Amino acid sequence: MDHEEFLQIGEQERRRQAEYRHHIHVCMAAGCLSSQSDKIKTALETEVEAHGESGHCLVKGVGCMGLCGNGPLVAVPSEDVLYQGVTTEDAPDIVKNLGKGPIRHKHCPTDIPFFKSQHKIVLENCGRIDPERIEDYMAVGGYQAFMRVLTELMPIGVINEVTRSGLRGRGGAGYPTGLKLSTVARSEGTTKYVVCNGDEGDPGAFMDRSVMEGDPHRVIEGMAIAAYAVGAHHGYIYVRAEYPLAIERLNKAIRQAQKAGILGQNIFGTNFDFSLEIRLGAGAFVCGEETALLASIEGRRGSPRPRPPYPAAKGLWGCPTLINNVETFANVPAILRNGGDWFAKIGTKKSKGTKVFALSGKVKNIGLIEVPMGITLEEIIYDMGGGIPDGRRFKAVQTGGPSGGCIPADHLGTSVDYESLSELGSIMGSGGMIVMDDGSSMVEVARYFMEFCMSESCGKCVPCRVGTALMYDLLTKIAQGHANQSDLQQLETLCDMVRSTSLCGLGQSAPNPVMSTLRFFREEYLEKLADTELVKE
Amino acid sequence: MYRHFTEIEPPSDDKRWRIVNATMRRHGYHPHALIETLHAVQQSFGYLDDEALHYVSNSLRVPLSQTYGVATFYHFFQLKPGGRHSCVVCLGTACYIKGSDQVLERVAEAYDVQPGQTTSDGEFSLLTARCIGSCGLAPAVVVDGDVIPKMTPENVIEQIRRITGNGS
Amino acid sequence: MVKTLRIDDQDVSAGTDDTILQVAQDNAIFIPTLCNLEGLKPVGACRLCLVEVEGYRGLAPACVTRVEEGMQIYTQSERLQTYRRMILEMLFVEGNHVCAVCVSNGTCELQALAQRLGMDHSHLEYRNPAKSVDVSHYRFGVDHNRCILCARCVRVCDEIEGAHTWDLLGRGIQSQVITDLNRPWGESKTCTSCGKCVQVCPTGALFKKSKAVAEMEKEHEFLPYLNTIREVRSNG
Repeated sequence: MDHEEFLQIGEQERRRQAEYRHHIHVCMAAGCLSSQSDKIKTALETEVEAHGESGHCLVKGVGCMGLCGNGPLVAVPSEDVLYQGVTTEDAPDIVKNLGKGPIRHKHCPTDIPFFKSQHKIVLENCGRIDPERIEDYMAVGGYQAFMRVLTELMPIGVINEVTRSGLRGRGGAGYPTGLKLSTVARSEGTTKYVVCNGDEGDPGAFMDRSVMEGDPHRVIEGMAIAAYAVGAHHGYIYVRAEYPLAIERLNKAIRQAQKAGILGQNIFGTNFDFSLEIRLGAGAFVCGEETALLASIEGRRGSPRPRPPYPAAKGLWGCPTLINNVETFANVPAILRNGGDWFAKIGTKKSKGTKVFALSGKVKNIGLIEVPMGITLEEIIYDMGGGIPDGRRFKAVQTGGPSGGCIPADHLGTSVDYESLSELGSIMGSGGMIVMDDGSSMVEVARYFMEFCMSESCGKCVPCRVGTALMYDLLTKIAQGHANQSDLQQLETLCDMVRSTSLCGLGQSAPNPVMSTLRFFREEYLEKLADTELVKE
Repeated sequence: MYRHFTEIEPPSDDKRWRIVNATMRRHGYHPHALIETLHAVQQSFGYLDDEALHYVSNSLRVPLSQTYGVATFYHFFQLKPGGRHSCVVCLGTACYIKGSDQVLERVAEAYDVQPGQTTSDGEFSLLTARCIGSCGLAPAVVVDGDVIPKMTPENVIEQIRRITGNGS
Repeated sequence: MVKTLRIDDQDVSAGTDDTILQVAQDNAIFIPTLCNLEGLKPVGACRLCLVEVEGYRGLAPACVTRVEEGMQIYTQSERLQTYRRMILEMLFVEGNHVCAVCVSNGTCELQALAQRLGMDHSHLEYRNPAKSVDVSHYRFGVDHNRCILCARCVRVCDEIEGAHTWDLLGRGIQSQVITDLNRPWGESKTCTSCGKCVQVCPTGALFKKSKAVAEMEKEHEFLPYLNTIREVRSNG
């Protein structure tokens, strides 16, 4: 396909859509789908047809619109109207009221901070386009960045643009993406790979899922651009098997891109070849660790190996491999389209751009938000999240999943960026943000995460395999009120030892939930000790 | 990358082996395809038995112990047949904070089955998940593949029965 | 190409591809190891050989870390000694190690290291797991109570014998070494009964059936290319 043909597809699609007077978007992401949003879509289509409006009203299935806790969501973007808690019975009213203002009882205001405070880059198409149609992606400028890169930029130009943007890995650790690209590009070897880590394992995180389900082509475009930059011709998307819808949509997107000549050989008439395959995870959290993930793609047990050598030098089958998280890749097309300087203007000095968070737990507005780095936790939880429901009091917010920590009320003024969160003993992590109210016991929360780490430990290295089990035993003892002061001391000793000696990130960060709750909620531990009177004296 | 060697006969003439074979063929019978193939077996047969593990091992030329090691490392793979109906209780953080442990307890009690086990009549399996990514619907359970949102210990049994029929 | 570096304030020289452990051993500097075995691929799993390297953020496993010019390495700091003792304690409480009735009493690498590193009792609570013993093989037995999951048997069987009878089942604290599809060892069709696994096992987990308490000595002439014979007795 040449440029003309390519641009025409998007243009045609835009024209086709513009012919409709009304547009109705129905959320077809996993959350709303499980509340039967597919049936709502059918009901709307039937209703539109019954009114003889088929030619004037387009009913479109779209990706996640964000406010998952209030689903199923239906939007009428032409009138800036959003409906929440929609059922099939609402279909006649929705269609009848097109052009006449929203139906009151299902109306969800869109001028609230939950929507207004967002800055969408990664999620810009989520909830706007039909993820199952490549034309829809092209109609909003999709794959144009990739085409421009292939025809106008040298690989080094791509790397420079990403470096200039200041983009850092969105999987949690925050490694500079530009630096990683240039390392892989410089690594010796004729065969190189690009791998997308879609093994979103942190409990309470569903950002990557929404991107893969709501805008799969974006991930493909990001990977393709990165592949050109590093000189790779084959890529893998590693998706957890627990996300069947993401797998289905990615597979469909890959087939469409192949058919359109955007994946395959001599892409856009250049001599660049790139193909893409999906590999399924199978329920092992440790496979989020890059060396374990690579072992899993190779069909083996997902045990991490010591680094160095890093995957950038020796990755998949010993070849230089670029491995990044879904959100990282999803930022790349926008950076190439708008320029690295544009991206670098968003966020803080050291953390550029935006971050997608999955806001859940004891907070009023539950769902997916994309915010500029540097926003405070307070703004997220109270302004956007709407605060704590049921008249309860805020206690802590958990970020970073089993590798992160619990941040108390005193620190809600903290800016959300890589450094600030790690100073508080937590991490940015992949983006799960779980709010807890005064009903949650912090010892139980620590125990919950330690149970997680214990059963997700691969068992290869001794400190993680045995240490997590011993810490879990101790936390259980404390929770049951059988522990004493020396047990608490031993727990702290184990935390330090497991963190310092474990082989991979899972073990090294497994003590974090314990250490952060000990730091901010120590009295809760002390209260549970059997010899706590002694302590007070 | 197709490697030339004799194809091994499937353990039976069950048509589902064709799906498994197609997966292996697509990957050129390469040992790297082990996990993909195990997925295909589980999808076709519901679980992985020794016969299937033998067949996959031999076809891909992966040592038996390695296949078994992989099949047991990944908790998505089931080595025993599941019940006719299944209920997965999500124990992700968002669900946990909202009381999914009590939901789990209630289901376990009502069906007299431990998490990870199947009732003795083979009707009902109770499973847990790390996080199904439906945190907006917490606490969530998945019954026979359908996600049911916002469960409580009070309404969960009714919801399960609604999908499975009154049954066990 | 030769590199020069310092280990514990001793100047040493090393080949380009040498690991810290190799250089230390060449210079008679003791770094404890358990999962490592010269002749098998290093895995960096037991974490006993962790050392401090100046300028490194974390600790480095000596068995897989390559030397660099000008490196300054510390192998015996107070912190490392504490961690090493804790690792040994973890191994002792993870399984059920009763030296007094073990075939490898006196020839056991775990026991010898505990003696050498001054681990005379465990501060950690014993987990007392229920583990099995498999004596279905006609010559050998495996006692999972004594297994420390170093995976030497898995590696020697795969890398040297080429049979790959052994592998690991499950994960985390539930892991266990298995033969074939987790069937009794004696039923294995892939096992060649070569006995290499028994020779490389650092504890009494794999043993010859005819051996009674403290009789399970490793054979010096067996597999000369594998450095199986530790001087476990001399350094008590």
